[in-house]
Amino acid sequence: MEKIQTISVARRGRLAPSPWDGVALCLVAGSLALIVYGARQMGGPLTSVSAAEISLSPAHLPEYALRTTLRMFAALAASLLFTFTYATAAAKSRRAEAVLIPILDVLQSVPVLGFLSFTVTGFMAIFPGSALGAECAAIFAIFTAQAWNMAFSFYQSLRTVPLDLDEATRAFRLSGWQRFWRLDVPFAMPGLIWNMMMSMSGSWFFIVASEAISVGNTTITLPGIGSYVALAIERRDLMAVGYAVVAMLIVIIAYDQLLFRPLVAWAQKFRFEQTAGQQMTGVWLLRLLNRAKLVQLGFAPLQKGFGAVARAPMNFGKWRWTATPVPARWLNALWGGVWWGVWVFVALFGLEALYRELYGQVDWPEVMEAFRLGLLTLTRVVVLVVLASLVWVPIGVWIGLRPRLAMRLQLIAQVLAAFPANLLFPAAVVGILHFQLNPNIWLSPLMILGTQWYILFNVIAGASAFPSDLRDAAANLRVTGRPWWFKVILPGIFPYFVTGGLTASGGSWNASIVAELVVWGNTRLEANGLGSYIAKATAAGDYPRIILGVVVMSVFVTLFNRIFWRPLNSYAERRLRMN
Amino acid sequence: MSMTTEQSKTVIEVRKVRQSFPRPSGGELTVLEDVNMTLREGEIVGLLGRSGSGKSTLLRIMAGLVEPTGGSALFQGQPIHGPAAGIAMVFQTFALFPWLTVLQNVSLGLDALKIPEAEARKRALEAIDLIGMDGFESAYPKEISGGMRQRVGFARALVVHPDLLLMDEPFSALDVLTAETLRTDLLDLWSEGRMPIKSILLVTHNIEEAVLMCDRILVFSSNPGRVVAEIPVDIPRPRNRLDTKFRRLVDHIYERMTMPASAGGPQAGVPDLSGDSITKVLPRVSTNSIAGLIEAIAGAPYNGRADLPVLADDMHMSADVLFSVAETLQLLRFADIEGGDIRLTEAGRRFANEDVNVRKQMFAERLLSHVPLAAHIKRVLDERPEHRAPYSRFAEELEDAMSEEQAEETLRSAINWGRFAEVFAYDENRAMLSLDNPS
Repeated sequence: MEKIQTISVARRGRLAPSPWDGVALCLVAGSLALIVYGARQMGGPLTSVSAAEISLSPAHLPEYALRTTLRMFAALAASLLFTFTYATAAAKSRRAEAVLIPILDVLQSVPVLGFLSFTVTGFMAIFPGSALGAECAAIFAIFTAQAWNMAFSFYQSLRTVPLDLDEATRAFRLSGWQRFWRLDVPFAMPGLIWNMMMSMSGSWFFIVASEAISVGNTTITLPGIGSYVALAIERRDLMAVGYAVVAMLIVIIAYDQLLFRPLVAWAQKFRFEQTAGQQMTGVWLLRLLNRAKLVQLGFAPLQKGFGAVARAPMNFGKWRWTATPVPARWLNALWGGVWWGVWVFVALFGLEALYRELYGQVDWPEVMEAFRLGLLTLTRVVVLVVLASLVWVPIGVWIGLRPRLAMRLQLIAQVLAAFPANLLFPAAVVGILHFQLNPNIWLSPLMILGTQWYILFNVIAGASAFPSDLRDAAANLRVTGRPWWFKVILPGIFPYFVTGGLTASGGSWNASIVAELVVWGNTRLEANGLGSYIAKATAAGDYPRIILGVVVMSVFVTLFNRIFWRPLNSYAERRLRMN
Repeated sequence: MSMTTEQSKTVIEVRKVRQSFPRPSGGELTVLEDVNMTLREGEIVGLLGRSGSGKSTLLRIMAGLVEPTGGSALFQGQPIHGPAAGIAMVFQTFALFPWLTVLQNVSLGLDALKIPEAEARKRALEAIDLIGMDGFESAYPKEISGGMRQRVGFARALVVHPDLLLMDEPFSALDVLTAETLRTDLLDLWSEGRMPIKSILLVTHNIEEAVLMCDRILVFSSNPGRVVAEIPVDIPRPRNRLDTKFRRLVDHIYERMTMPASAGGPQAGVPDLSGDSITKVLPRVSTNSIAGLIEAIAGAPYNGRADLPVLADDMHMSADVLFSVAETLQLLRFADIEGGDIRLTEAGRRFANEDVNVRKQMFAERLLSHVPLAAHIKRVLDERPEHRAPYSRFAEELEDAMSEEQAEETLRSAINWGRFAEVFAYDENRAMLSLDNPS
């Protein structure tokens, strides 16, 4: 077992530069230069964007990859900011919580592409004539694919901060700001980093849609891998799709190795369990930085600066109680009234806007039709999750019970999950056309292509965590075959499976918008469903129908989670979770 | 060095403190009632009581972590509103931040005091040195043992130079040897005057620990918690556990804490086991512990009668746990407790010699005649045509008279005892009590 080092300030005695310094310096300086270059391109005039021809030459791919990656990280930064503010507000104030958490729940169920249609015109209006508006719209679309689960994870962590540490920060009179950086953020860190990785993976799926934006008459093509792929699909250039796939894989592996693996290894120290965590592989970057003494010296002021900021005795909000005199109580009640009044007003306003937008445009049969299509898509999601479970649960168990294999395959599964399945859609179209298949059935698997991996690696995680003494006991009693599956392993991995299934089903709903309507050059294949309904309305810029479709899908997702997954999850947590 | 003279200055004063929580079913649950106490400079005072007696709540009121429902707490003459400068706390669970090093953990309280970094570092290093943690400054809590962790907890409290040190069962999460080392080290620092503190308040359920460390012991009762006795400890330091005076005081406190309400002074034990209502709090005691304790008392060298402190020592049980089991024996009339001794009844002696089936029968008889809640459950199940009733039916009934946790604990105990006695059955999945016996 190799011990994982964290970046620490270099000891003054050993300042001699090592070869590692050179390598590390190149990495750091190179990254900075790339970021500056990419950022400069973003502020260009709009004409340069709408007029610019995307070139299918692979020589342009590095630049496209860079710009796409920058967009994703800009969105990630925005998501972090959102997480730190929104989730903190929800966790610290009961009044805010009552409003913010249901809103987050709904936001999570709104299909990502639904946001894009509404925001693109708004952002274009904020920055008239500049590419920045379109960039912001694209970044915002990616943000909507990343932010919600991060915020939820942070909120959950803040709610479960250990009571004794909470009391310690209060007893030693830390300010709200100090407590946030000393207790809240570190405690939430492991879960947050895991969710950031998930978010990055998930957002690749929407890159194509958010870079080649076309809502009604507005068509914008931002230079990036997504636009490259969009063009390749339009021109039916399989070779170019292949290039894009390779470029994407390189980017995914690069940020995994350069950012997330070191982050995960570093976050080990924030794990709350007092036992040693699981071993991490691929943390060569951390080791490199640890050996590069001069670079560390460069980092030292940064670290010091952060430390000083975190220690600053700023205080916001009053977390210190005082005896509440009667007038203060009245004031409190008054504020409560104002707070709720504002929200009732906002809700009424929203309802009125919805009514105005839909009235006269959409009639009841249309609404019923949307629900019918929703049922169709629901059927697809259910069947696909069942099929994917039948395939991946046994395989996941088999892998999970073999630790060496599990460690290696876990990485591959993560890359597969990050890999945008829509790049494989062209192949599906070619196949369906060639064999004259029914698109209503054969387009469906595309919905789960990208999300099935969540089932796989959650099951792997569950099987790896299955206590070995229970396995030994089962072997000792010679339990094999059916009883082994149903009495030993399946109950053991069930909580993990539920997590995976929930994520997979949510992702499939989201993917249906892309998967139920697939275009390959001039060929359009369509499956009847709510996804293709929204996709068609978006392409036509038909706002009343986009709204209707998005609302109906949110209703379906929310109800499906409430009625099916939540009870299953609470049952699993209550009865089958091993401590 | 006991300096409990009247002239010493008062550090903290608690006046008529009352603490209660609203109950879900309406009404309120009183945890502390009319608590008065004073802590003067130069003394170590112990709050001794069973778990759940509200002594930790009182400590948290003094720490400014909890606002009392009624009454007031004054620190150096000022009413306490929120955590006060000059009071530091040591936690039962250490409450160290796993992502901060020993040095960073110790410096935690200095950040809040806005002390410049260089000065803070110097003070933290001094505190680490004082508490004997030299060389561990850059270690993470994960890497060091429980005893070392609690030393860090002490250093973190001392570094802010408090006048009052509050300790919430600081040694109870440590093994016996480590705890003893820490106690003596702390007492040495105290008597040599090397700690920058004026007085210490120690919350504990360990009787010997209280006698070893304190100048004064306040014995706490439960339901609601109040101070029922103040016992001065006039034994010169360093104290020896084997000293006759020491032993006599420990015996006296055992006696005091098992004294029933009827025999003078209010009973100090947690649950009021003498009543006969169905809403009597039952301790969470397994039937194995019951049988185990009966066998132990019946066997040599006790032969049916044992001194509680000796028994606790022999069975490696804390006084707290022993009290719970012993009182359950008393409740079921398997034993009597008097004067710090436990004596098996005729039934208890018979139980010890019987096989498991007869034991179950005896247990069932006693359960139905002496535990009203069990009898009540049986009666309800008998009366219902289906012979089944949901868990919540009884839980709600109990919650009218006690807190949710107490209700859960009480009902769980009744269910476990009932299952052992085969008086009724319980299906966990459906949360359903019934008369069915799974065959």
